[in-house]
Amino acid sequence: MSEEVPAQASRFNVLNHVNVPLHEVLTDSEAKEVLKRYGITKEQLPKVRSNDPVVQVLQKQAGSDGLAGKIVQITRRSPTAGTAVAYRLIVEAI
Amino acid sequence: MASAQTLNSLVKTYAFDKSTAERLVEAGFTVTSAKSADKKALMAAGFAGNETEEILLKFSKGKRDAAARRGTRKVVVDDRDFESTMVKVETRDPDLLKKDALLGKHLGEGMLPQRIVRKLVDGGLARGFSDAQLKLAADLALEEYNHAKVDATEAAGIVGAQSIGEPGTQMTMRTFHFAGVAEINVTLGLPRLIEIVDARRTPSTPTMRIFLKEKVKGDRAVATKIANQIEMTLLKDIAAVDADLGSLEIKVVPEMERMAEKDISFEDVLAAVNSVRRITATEEKGGKNPKILVKLTEPNFKNLQKAVEDLKKMKVKGIDGITRLVIRRDDDEKGYILFTEGSSLKEILEIPGIDHSRVLTNDIVQIQECLGIEAARQAVMDEAYATLQGQGLTVDRRHLMLVADVMTADGEVKAIGRQGVSGQKSSILARAAFEITVDHLLQAGMIGETDPLQGVAENIIVGQPVNLGTGAVRLAMDTVKLAKLVKTMPTPVSTVPVVVEAPAMSYEGTAAGSAEPEFAEEPEPKEEA
Repeated sequence: MSEEVPAQASRFNVLNHVNVPLHEVLTDSEAKEVLKRYGITKEQLPKVRSNDPVVQVLQKQAGSDGLAGKIVQITRRSPTAGTAVAYRLIVEAI
Repeated sequence: MASAQTLNSLVKTYAFDKSTAERLVEAGFTVTSAKSADKKALMAAGFAGNETEEILLKFSKGKRDAAARRGTRKVVVDDRDFESTMVKVETRDPDLLKKDALLGKHLGEGMLPQRIVRKLVDGGLARGFSDAQLKLAADLALEEYNHAKVDATEAAGIVGAQSIGEPGTQMTMRTFHFAGVAEINVTLGLPRLIEIVDARRTPSTPTMRIFLKEKVKGDRAVATKIANQIEMTLLKDIAAVDADLGSLEIKVVPEMERMAEKDISFEDVLAAVNSVRRITATEEKGGKNPKILVKLTEPNFKNLQKAVEDLKKMKVKGIDGITRLVIRRDDDEKGYILFTEGSSLKEILEIPGIDHSRVLTNDIVQIQECLGIEAARQAVMDEAYATLQGQGLTVDRRHLMLVADVMTADGEVKAIGRQGVSGQKSSILARAAFEITVDHLLQAGMIGETDPLQGVAENIIVGQPVNLGTGAVRLAMDTVKLAKLVKTMPTPVSTVPVVVEAPAMSYEGTAAGSAEPEFAEEPEPKEEA
């Protein structure tokens, strides 16, 4: 890859795709509040892999190199509920 | 540091303007404390009355609003510059925000889906409801909503499976291939549904739908140009490849008209031909049109045959796997849409001029790899729903949501079947009951697995009530408390609870030996009388 052509230049940001709902990384205190509300532990949440394209972008935005262990809040557009909020735990890719 | 974070979060997440956010931070608020602050606390921190209301509205009390607030997002699409394409979350229409806050006030801690909240508020406002009436409506709606919700421990999976399975039996096996939109062959019906739940790596008929950028979507010429970049063009499509058996050389004669159509130059072809191994290609001058003379590095008859085949099938332009492309004008779109046979989401996302944010493919695994697990979940739902709809079968979306949720719960799309959900169950007995019984039992025996008997299948096997519905509820009597309670009763008849046997209802009564059940005996005397 030469310097004139940055690898990232023509990349499409997957967060902008219509089928990708809004993902937000929760802070630790927010995460705790969510777990308390549902009365569950982190591991009981659905997972999302750390090599998921969306998590990769979130990582870049947050400027951190590892988001594993964090919880993402996903605000989906739902045909039944309008918008629905879901959570996923970021886990290391296997 | 902490205050900088708070500031950032206030501005970004809650869309405060910078000066308000700074004032909040200066007053010593954190996000959580500001969220829970009421009007008084804010006034004390030096905010004017109307300002406090605005702040409260932005935080819009109630959890449900936190979700609703992000209802619509404005997406800025500019694929040339990565930095500028960061998602900009804009707060929703302030009008709607006000409405949601209005009802949120009445709902208290109750939760209603956003759609119901909106409907209630709209309906209430249209009929000129007073505050008290709106509160009553909200209370009633909440009650109804809680009543309609699926009960805890309900066997939602089985209900879902049956709700998809029954209409599934009506799907005809004959609809293997059906001319889909724009002459592109797409698998529909039952085979497609099976494909979706099996999470196949590649669908039998992968296809994509590509929209063009707003500015160019009405331009046929641009559409053709983009199509040429996408559709795979083989050498045999644009040139004649002839082998000369005498000199063991190959002549490639490009057809200029076809090349112009596909937007390919002679140099492109020459470079492409040269990339094939074990040959050297040179331009042959003379004649009207340029030709390419191909010499083999090891000239013999076998190599010649192989080289001809390789050359014919060589890709000159386009994206691997996209074998056909149809340009269609669409009235809803008010422009052209490209339909492809073959799918390669990764490479399509790099093509300029198309609307990347709306590219669709029916290859769910590709979606997972390029757009993430959430987009894959959406795709499973949409594809399954569309397949059922295409057969005139209406299945409630909630069942398909459950299927999609289960398939994507682990962060990757898993099949419902031996390789996926059923095969990866934690219980050995449940796995053994599903398929390849002996292998599972043997494996479990060798490593000494234990089965905690928590699922449905394993409890049925051992003859216990399953952990579902009423079977999931455990009742126990606190005898100490009971004794105390009995003591405090006003006129204790007896301190020991009397168990009254009810023979007619008990098992022993009905099954007892040769005697007729008691209730059957009673009518007899009447007949005699």
